[in-house]
Amino acid sequence: MATVTERLFGKSIKRREDPRFITGRGQYVDDVKLPGMTYAAFVRSPHAHARIRGIDTAAARSHPGVVAVFTGRDMTGVNSLPCGWDLRKAKNIPGVVQDLAMVPHMPLTADAARHVGDPVAVVIADSQGAAVDAAEKVRVDWEPLPAVTATDRASAPGAAQLHADAAGNVAFRWALGDAAATDAAFKTAGVTVVKKRIVNQRLVANAMEPRACAARFEPATGELTLWVTSQNPHVHRLLMCAFVLGIPEHKVRVIAPDVGGGFGSKIFLYNEEVVCSWASRKLGRPVRWTATRREAYQTDAHGRDHVTEAELALSRDGRMLGLRVKTTANLGAYLSTFAPAVPTFLYGTLLNGVYAIEAIHVEVTGVFTNTTPVDAYRGAGRPEACYVLERMVDAGARALGMDVAEIRKKNFIPKFSGAFQTHVAVTYDSGDYAGAFDKLLQIFDYKKFRAEQAEARTRGRLLGVGFSTYIEACSIAPSKVVGALGAGAGLYESGKVRVHPTGMVTVYTGSHSHGQGHETTFAQLVADDLGIPIEQVEIVHGDTGAVPFGMGTYGSRSASVGGTAIKMSLDKVREKGKKIAAHLLEASAKDIEYANGEFRVKGVPGKAVPFGAVALTAYVPHNYPDGLEPGLEETSFYDPSNFCFPFGAHACVVEVDPETGTVRLLRYVAVDDVGNVINPLIVDGMVHGGIAQGVAQALWEGAVYDAASGQLVTGSMMDYAVPKADMLPMYETDRTVTPTPVNPLGVKGAGETGTIAATPAVVNAVVDALAAAGVDHIETMPLTPERVWGAIHARR
Amino acid sequence: MKLPVKMTINGQTYSHEVEPRLLLVHYIREQVGLTGTHVGCDTSQCGACTILMNGQAVKACTFFAVQADGANIMTIEGLAKDGELHPIQQGFWEKHGLQCGFCTPGMIMAAYQMLERYPKPSEELIRHQLEGNLCRCTGYHNIVKAIQWAADHMPAKR
Repeated sequence: MATVTERLFGKSIKRREDPRFITGRGQYVDDVKLPGMTYAAFVRSPHAHARIRGIDTAAARSHPGVVAVFTGRDMTGVNSLPCGWDLRKAKNIPGVVQDLAMVPHMPLTADAARHVGDPVAVVIADSQGAAVDAAEKVRVDWEPLPAVTATDRASAPGAAQLHADAAGNVAFRWALGDAAATDAAFKTAGVTVVKKRIVNQRLVANAMEPRACAARFEPATGELTLWVTSQNPHVHRLLMCAFVLGIPEHKVRVIAPDVGGGFGSKIFLYNEEVVCSWASRKLGRPVRWTATRREAYQTDAHGRDHVTEAELALSRDGRMLGLRVKTTANLGAYLSTFAPAVPTFLYGTLLNGVYAIEAIHVEVTGVFTNTTPVDAYRGAGRPEACYVLERMVDAGARALGMDVAEIRKKNFIPKFSGAFQTHVAVTYDSGDYAGAFDKLLQIFDYKKFRAEQAEARTRGRLLGVGFSTYIEACSIAPSKVVGALGAGAGLYESGKVRVHPTGMVTVYTGSHSHGQGHETTFAQLVADDLGIPIEQVEIVHGDTGAVPFGMGTYGSRSASVGGTAIKMSLDKVREKGKKIAAHLLEASAKDIEYANGEFRVKGVPGKAVPFGAVALTAYVPHNYPDGLEPGLEETSFYDPSNFCFPFGAHACVVEVDPETGTVRLLRYVAVDDVGNVINPLIVDGMVHGGIAQGVAQALWEGAVYDAASGQLVTGSMMDYAVPKADMLPMYETDRTVTPTPVNPLGVKGAGETGTIAATPAVVNAVVDALAAAGVDHIETMPLTPERVWGAIHARR
Repeated sequence: MKLPVKMTINGQTYSHEVEPRLLLVHYIREQVGLTGTHVGCDTSQCGACTILMNGQAVKACTFFAVQADGANIMTIEGLAKDGELHPIQQGFWEKHGLQCGFCTPGMIMAAYQMLERYPKPSEELIRHQLEGNLCRCTGYHNIVKAIQWAADHMPAKR
């Protein structure tokens, strides 16, 4: 059997999944073809808020090709979509307020529609065309009601009320930190206080593959198979079986095959997949649904949407003494699966940033509005926290007349490994924040830029630089802690290693790849660990019928949590292999070591047995240790002891056209520290994509609702500015490496760093460019030419 | 009412009776069964459905199947010859020009025509030529690199 000695961990190898994608052989949910397939089309609310007086389905039912039409009233015994994060259960966290209005969210709403796109009926037909035609014949007797969509208007006097159990549309009030200490910091003699209103606008994830599902119920066996665009198929199965449909979990198989991007939006349990599953059981036929892009804009969970009042107290020499943050977070019309966690435990806990701030207090009010539900979108809470902090640091520097690089250096938490206790509950794992920033300044050549900028200004050109020194929290854990914060689930991961008799290895991971390249990185990890060629390793994910219960992929957790679970199983395989090898080599197991794909007796050259021979022996146990089970297959569940905290420093250069307000991105430099890196090619790719999304929030993207009608104005790719190739530059990426002590791989997480860092870097750069024009803040993103021009001219 | 259509796709002839309103992309995906051509939007912005029709890169969502009657079409499935990847496919692999893979077939087909027209495109030209194709994963950096790699590895035209 071949063995390899070259280390794969840390190597930029080409992705093993690519051949199928570049030849058009990927298998996405909409590619699933089943005999007897039917097609679903949903009837949705055209109103932002309207009572349903009645629904007449007769004409639709008699349309040729229609199999069935269902409304919410037909779905008897079906429960609300669950919210998996109950803030009321949060306990033992100092300063936390416990409160949450758990409002119902029915798969097909029967009483009223609460946002444009809210589904009220489904038509199922033999063809997609017949389903869509018949859906137009469903007559809903609407009674339009007043609507509220704006975050800062949700609780205003006279605002439309969405739910009987949420007075003033307040979903929750939540607070964290030491209010008294923060108040005291603001009263310190000689402090400078800066105060800003900061709006973090609503975004749409825009995964290129629209959400889709295909449900097939087999009446003969009672088994339901659901193909669904999911980042976490086991979570989908659990929530759907146990909470919504009340069907046996072991009779349901959820498959998330190739999934075309998620960015958070495919974590959640949605109405459509529940309805199609229920309908397939009812009809005994497969039911498929694929969202149109319009449906995606109206129903994929949106992201961000915060309005914040922030105050920062600084000493005269620029030390950050106190931070006070009051945020209103728009949750949309219902509580999406993890919605309450995002603007609370994924936001407030990150407000310490990379700075030794002396006191922090944050209050968050979550509000309902007549808009699409809001939940995790790439970064989820952390970009919002980073944006507030990085804007405030720059504002503080300007108020004191300090340089924006100097103020950061002055406030960095010193290098540490092991534990840094923040003022907002979490404990950082390891960090060298000044190290990453120094490297950035060196690559960027900050001094040279300032000289160029000054020279450009003499010729009327407005150049600006923006920094962002960020912290990120990923692999959120341990389960005990997240449970105490209100999570309805654990946050471990599973990893199963199956060694076949021929020494080939199949690995089953609870993580799910929807672009992250797990089939490559996990195979690198396994091949490296076992010292076998990567061709002997196969990675399986995304199928509850094959993989042990796992939590899926979001929050940059796959390598750190999923990878470690695999590593634990590899260790177990090796330990069992040692026992078998010891028997074959007539030695003691404690004298066996494993290296380069073989088990060998320590200190006895040539006395060795290869991995493949041990595998074969495990399955043909003729010459075998007494009392040892045959087979070579191990499963592990890894529950980390803490989060991992990647960090880094980004810089960007912009040029603003003073005549038009157009912002041009001239340069982008990123230095990230994500701990050890398994595949630099893949990590750099994720950083690029993250930066693009972060830049796009700063400059172009935003979901806009018309205040009067409650219509989603940006409801298509014609209206919502997903960035194009010619809007973005090449990115310069580099790294520092500070391994985490939390897991044995030393990996942290890389999926969201770019999104977190880029938005404030770009906005800081634009404000820097406009400083000469007297601008020190722009309240609302995206920084469209109109907004930038307005900011320039408001000061003139 | 259904109308007959006949066209060549990747060198093979297909004929069906189709509804006049059936889009070419749905014909290719659902009737012919070639699912490498993707649908990512309903307003012809995303370019995931880009194919070659009579040598032109077009968005298959902007044609009815009946309009393609008699056409010669190449989809992503027809690009590799005898198991050998086309340099553009190889470039996307070498340079990590894809993550989730959903936009990739359209990107590759758009790049195919781009390199026919401009064998040595500048970065600026590549970015401009890709304005009809959206990617949400890569930030375009490695897509540009992939097309540059392909340009450097294309066989010389006879």
